[in-house]
Amino acid sequence: MDKISFNLSLFSYLMASLGYFVYLAYRRPPVSTFAGWMVGFGLVCQTVTIGIRSSQTGHGPYTTSFEVALFLSWLMVVVYFLTEWKYKIKDLGAFVIPLVFVVMLFSAFLSKETALVPESEVRFWLTMHRTLSIMGYAAFSIAFAAGIMYLIQEHQVKSKKLGMMYFRMPSLEVLDDLNFKVIMIGFPLFTLGFMTGSIWNTQMDLPFFSWDLTRTLPLVATWLIYCMVFFGRMIVGMRGKKAAQGAILGFITVIGTYFLHII
Amino acid sequence: MISSEANLVLVGVNHKATPVEIREKLAFNQVKLEASLEHLVSCPEITENIILSTCNRVEIYARVDNTDQGIQLLKDFICDYHGLSRGSLDQYFYSYQDDQAIEHLFRVSASLDSMILGEAQILGQVKDAYSTARALSSTGLVLNQLFEKAFNVAKKVREETGISERGVSISSAAVELAKKIFEDLENHSVMLVGTGEMAELAAKHLISYGVKTVYVASRTYERAASLAETLNGCALDFDAFKEELYRADIVITSTSAPKFIIHKEMIEQAIHKRKNKPIFLIDIAVPRDIAPEVNDLENVYLYDIDDLQNVVNANMEERQKEAENAMEIIKEEVTKFNNWFSTLDAVPTIVEMRNRAEEMRKVEVDKTLKNLAHISEEDQKAIHQLTQSLVNKILHKPTINLKKKTQSQDGHVYLKAIRHLFHLDD
Repeated sequence: MDKISFNLSLFSYLMASLGYFVYLAYRRPPVSTFAGWMVGFGLVCQTVTIGIRSSQTGHGPYTTSFEVALFLSWLMVVVYFLTEWKYKIKDLGAFVIPLVFVVMLFSAFLSKETALVPESEVRFWLTMHRTLSIMGYAAFSIAFAAGIMYLIQEHQVKSKKLGMMYFRMPSLEVLDDLNFKVIMIGFPLFTLGFMTGSIWNTQMDLPFFSWDLTRTLPLVATWLIYCMVFFGRMIVGMRGKKAAQGAILGFITVIGTYFLHII
Repeated sequence: MISSEANLVLVGVNHKATPVEIREKLAFNQVKLEASLEHLVSCPEITENIILSTCNRVEIYARVDNTDQGIQLLKDFICDYHGLSRGSLDQYFYSYQDDQAIEHLFRVSASLDSMILGEAQILGQVKDAYSTARALSSTGLVLNQLFEKAFNVAKKVREETGISERGVSISSAAVELAKKIFEDLENHSVMLVGTGEMAELAAKHLISYGVKTVYVASRTYERAASLAETLNGCALDFDAFKEELYRADIVITSTSAPKFIIHKEMIEQAIHKRKNKPIFLIDIAVPRDIAPEVNDLENVYLYDIDDLQNVVNANMEERQKEAENAMEIIKEEVTKFNNWFSTLDAVPTIVEMRNRAEEMRKVEVDKTLKNLAHISEEDQKAIHQLTQSLVNKILHKPTINLKKKTQSQDGHVYLKAIRHLFHLDD
């Protein structure tokens, strides 16, 4: 059952991605509506998958690499829907949903073994750590998409070559604002996730913080990048292109960190 | 009965082939228009008509009994009504019938036939023409449906193609750029440096899109003050504008200075003071007022008059390309309209076919019952019911299929066959 719902949602996200691409290129409103419904359907199926899995393990989907990827892609869609509802940027789908599809497709190749964590105080801190971090990552993925859109739009206005994308994509101000807002939300969540992770470490009788080359250092690098974007914006008015580049670089580090964790 | 063909005709002149001195003679003002609509609809050959008269075109759409005669009649009417001889005007008229007339109306409403491709005004004019005609009851089922459809097509074209999304004048291209940088212009400010006519025009355009704060600087303070007054803004001393630059989100320069008056360092300072909030600089002056290196700064966007002209040219080309997509939509919609029209035709045929069968049934049953006087009233009723359901059963499939077939290209063939087989036209 959970296999069926998993495949259904994967397929829906693929169809939605194609739909959003077609909409971006040919502006056919029914295609965008279709893509929207496909994303919705995919989300429902994915929720079912996560529900079934959680009922089997007895806790949330955040222990194995597979679960983390599944949960991240699910939250990305949720945040995408919230953003779309607030900002009405139809073409954001063409940048976010393919990313969701890739994350989920990747998860399909990971081991589906379950790792049971017994009910305890350790589990509480693990839940907090993983849930908060993944929520932060989901927000960062939207900042990443907004950043890419910003760079495309900025390049067009700056180089004075106003192509199709110039007309279809939102204004620089809207994209910059979106980038800012999601990082405003994502950064504190990620920071809390980081801190609860350290508490979880102590619960496992590990040091509060360690200079581990593969596990901790990339996380610190990620945190520093978003920290710079976050405080840079608030204090020295870092915005526009630099903020967009920061959001893109940050998300690339997030993905890198995840891979280092798996290895 | 509704005739089996639409018999739609269109006669008109437009800006493409007819010079303005002819068009103005043929135009109908509101009073003439109403009188003409009433006159035309009283002609026995014309069942419905609408007159569209704008500065670029005069067109009469009508449903007539005979298309060739109808076209001649409308041409004569236009000439006679304006007291002109037909001979000298014949070369200017174009006329279309049925599909071509429908396509033409869709093209006109979607602004594909306009002087400036994609301009929005024409749709309003077509709507006015339609409502005037409707108010005078000179339209009927077919023209009503056709014009309503034309409005939908225009909307669809506007939404699904980029035909009107790109500005084709310098000031509209500038406003578009401003909106792509700042989104909503309401909380943004504009500074005019120099009081050139084009700068004023661009500023007015920006104000119409919501810009509230306007600064004007000019070498002669009086000119700045008077322009500031018309724009409801505030005048600046020319020497002061450099310090005040940081206040403006959009700067339009149009001075006659022989050298650059705004340099990279000035904008660098301004952008620093603005905490990197973007600035959009529009340099309409020739020779230019702003050093081109300014565009290298981050969050600064500089467009000079040539850049804007290039944008306008590219936009024009793009509208041409979009017009091809629009034509695809229009072709589809013409087919849809024809489908609607043919279903309209199937209904009376089906009704007649059923009436004919019912007549026959009644005649035959009555004949039989006359010879069966001994059977009870109840049994008579049963015989009626039996024969009725027999007829219904037999005609059920042909009815369904006919409705379906009339949607297809060769629908009229089926209709003709049914009418022939059932002797409906005797």
